Amino acid sequence: MDINEIIKPENLVYPKSKVLTDTVMHYCPGCSHGVVHKLLAEVIEEMDIQDRTIGISPVGCAVFAYNYLDIDWQQAAHGRAPALATATKRLYPDKYVFAYQGDGDLASIGTAEIIHACNRGENIVVIFINNAIYGMTGGQMAPTTLIGMKTSTTPYGRKAELNGYPLKITELVAQLEGTCYVTRQAVENPANVRKTKKAIRKAFENSAQKKGTSFIEIVAACNSNWKMPPVEANKWMEDNMFPFYPLGDIKDR
Amino acid sequence: MAFKGAIVVDTEKCKGCGVCVVNCPTQTIALAKKVNSKGYPYAYMENPDKCTGCGNCAIVCPDTVITVYKIKI
Ligand SMILES: Cc1ncc(C[n+]2csc(CCOP(=O)(O)OP(=O)(O)O)c2C)c(N)n1
Ligand code: SF4
Ligand code: SF4
Ligand SMILES: [Mg+2]
Repeated sequence: MDINEIIKPENLVYPKSKVLTDTVMHYCPGCSHGVVHKLLAEVIEEMDIQDRTIGISPVGCAVFAYNYLDIDWQQAAHGRAPALATATKRLYPDKYVFAYQGDGDLASIGTAEIIHACNRGENIVVIFINNAIYGMTGGQMAPTTLIGMKTSTTPYGRKAELNGYPLKITELVAQLEGTCYVTRQAVENPANVRKTKKAIRKAFENSAQKKGTSFIEIVAACNSNWKMPPVEANKWMEDNMFPFYPLGDIKDR
Repeated sequence: MAFKGAIVVDTEKCKGCGVCVVNCPTQTIALAKKVNSKGYPYAYMENPDKCTGCGNCAIVCPDTVITVYKIKI
């Protein structure tokens, strides 16, 4: 069959979301950040809340998220996205507010902010991209770096005696009274992408229902700093990250 | 009921990561021998007859450069 018989507007089943801008993303080829941006755009479009959503971008590779989703944005100082999200949500209680953060941002310099925002039960959504490394600054060890994992600051692999233990901050915030929904997802294959999209939708609905803080960790690959091709990095993530950071809901009420 | 599909790749925006290639259940997609103006080998339908329009490639593409079309046959 001639493919031009198929490629017609009436046969379109997967278009690019209108909430995504035409700006080419600066992310490395295959980076998980791009998939998560796309899912946020699709959920915002499907919920028809484009003019009522405010994103808080972090310091980290996702700092430029505001170039890619056509919504209102603020950009926070390193680790402070939950504090800025708190202020934004309290000033504009009818808006949907989400903080988008990496593991260096959320689980290291911003530990105080995330713990207290979650403990206060702010009606915000937190998207936490855990690629177990400081991507933007050249691959330094993060709190979430696995034992034995080589980074530019742990060239012989992370050692517990010297560098402490990988931090499961998601399990930690699940203990707090203020969180209503805490889940860990991934976006390396179609099934996981679909689950992550459902989780994001649920999180946005929770904030409309004033249920408290919804926290979504996405186990991600940073192929550039892991020094692997993209497909290999996704496989490495499945083999090494998932056993320590198992996917699934941790709390849902 | 069977479906026949086709994808359109924005080849200039494709970064050649290959994530779509391994997630296509029908081995429709490959990376081209040619590169785009940024030097990336872009994704294309190497076996267009095999595409069912399932959309798996588009869903996993980090740069959202694949659009999917599908018809019933
Ligand atoms: C106050 C402050 N300290 C340090 C930095 C340097 N810095 C920029 S990004 C970053 C870490 C980013 O890692 P992560 O949050 O995991 O995001 P990723 O790039 O991996 O997505 C650091 C330490 C900074 N910009 N500001
Ligand atoms: S450095 Fe890592 S996190 Fe940053 S864009 Fe590249 S792959 Fe993504
Ligand atoms: S997943 Fe997207 S960016 Fe990567 S090779 Fe396929 S079409 Fe290109
Ligand atoms: Mg990181």
